[in-house]
Amino acid sequence: MSMIEFTNVEKYYGNFHALKNINLKIDEGETVVLIGPSGSGKSTLIRTVNGLEEIQEGQLLVNGFDLHDPKTDMNRIRKNVGMVFQHFNLYDNKSTLENIMLAPRLVLKRDEAENKKIAMELLEKVGLADKAANMPSELSGGQKQRVAIARSLAMKPKALLFDEPTSALDPEMIGDVLDVMRDIAKDSSMTMLVVTHEMSFAKAVADRVIFMADGEILEDSTTKAFFDNPKEARAKKFLSQVEHH
Amino acid sequence: MALLQDNFPTFLQGFGYTLLSSLIALVGSMILGTGFAIMQIMPQKWVRKLGNIYVQIFRNIPLLVITFFFFLVVSKYVKMSGFTSGTIALMLYTSAFIAETVRAGILSIEGGQMEGARANGLTFGQAMQHIILPQAFRVALPSLGNQFINLVKNSSILAFVGGLDLMYQGNMIAANTFETFGTYMIVGVMYLIITLPLSYYIQHLERKLKQA
Ligand SMILES: Nc1ncnc2c1ncn2[C@@H]1O[C@H](COP(=O)(O)OP(=O)(O)O)[C@@H](O)[C@H]1O
Ligand SMILES: [Mg+2]
Repeated sequence: MSMIEFTNVEKYYGNFHALKNINLKIDEGETVVLIGPSGSGKSTLIRTVNGLEEIQEGQLLVNGFDLHDPKTDMNRIRKNVGMVFQHFNLYDNKSTLENIMLAPRLVLKRDEAENKKIAMELLEKVGLADKAANMPSELSGGQKQRVAIARSLAMKPKALLFDEPTSALDPEMIGDVLDVMRDIAKDSSMTMLVVTHEMSFAKAVADRVIFMADGEILEDSTTKAFFDNPKEARAKKFLSQVEHH
Repeated sequence: MALLQDNFPTFLQGFGYTLLSSLIALVGSMILGTGFAIMQIMPQKWVRKLGNIYVQIFRNIPLLVITFFFFLVVSKYVKMSGFTSGTIALMLYTSAFIAETVRAGILSIEGGQMEGARANGLTFGQAMQHIILPQAFRVALPSLGNQFINLVKNSSILAFVGGLDLMYQGNMIAANTFETFGTYMIVGVMYLIITLPLSYYIQHLERKLKQA
């Protein structure tokens, strides 16, 4: 069953045409990596999936709900679709543990003891159980991002969106975050859509690679096909740029 | 001293009304001000516009004019005393300044936290209540403290509409006893009795929040 389905989607910022005739289907459990040059519309595309950006035309189905329908309850979609941002976006006034427990408490009304247990398990999973009581300001970038991932997982989402989760990190912190993401991808029921420039991660984890430029999807191939033999000239050029970086 | 002793009940009554009016206006203007601050950053453009119009009106009209408007105009339709008109005017006037202060506080909190909260499944209201406003108030506290002290001092407009406050009673006592200097000295000290502890309390809160 498809988890995310774009059909002829158009997105404008004022007069600027940011997404052009997007057609894309992502099945439940798939891990898809989205790449492309800066300004090509990767963030815009990923942000339409949980309604942070509205679309103007076409149809976008997420977990069976039509996002273009004003009657669709956006909060219901966000319960099932988590998002991890480049700049973490943790709650600065809450401890690590509270960052993770807040949404399940308020949105899912999860029982407090159960909530804490799940949050601690997730901190364990991302290797930060000893930081439960710390404030975000006391964590490194890589630690913040792992807390942000734990926070998304606490909602037990069906899909996770990642928008350049390692781009703001020092090189030595990137590995830990990618390890956690690799771990999540192993869960066969989790759908993942990841914007990243980490090609080794894409090669190792992705089922498919989408290449975007100027608001269009230029290539949508299996990971092996994409890296062995990119069809598009622009994709080839892009790959040689990021890989020899 | 005899002046204070002879007129003590009158001074005390004025002090009480000033305190009461200030308290009501403070609580009311905090609620209204926060509400209009939030309106000004809502996603809907017309809501933002509405909030902005309110703030511009009450911030840019003299407090005395607002007071007379309630005392002379509104009271024709809804019966209200000088104390009530003055307190309502004080509340609306101050709320416009508090709205600006709280709005600046909200804007100083990095926008990513609201987005993180919404993506996490929280509603706009939940994100405001649990994440944004607590941090915005912390940022706005010094400036809010100034607004509160201004509010207490501005409550003296009650005197113009027979509001029975400290300034009003002071005027009465001065007129009856001709002891202008002594009377207004006592009035001034009584205002300080409210404003100084308030000022120290805000400073104390600032220090406490800085450590937290
Ligand atoms: N809120 C916005 N308002 C106007 N233009 C925007 C906005 N967000 C992004 N854009 C424009 O849309 C294009 C795609 O941006 P984005 O999706 O962030 O690209 P990417 O993530 O691939 O770098 C860019 O030209 C950018 O300037
Ligand atoms: Mg981007």
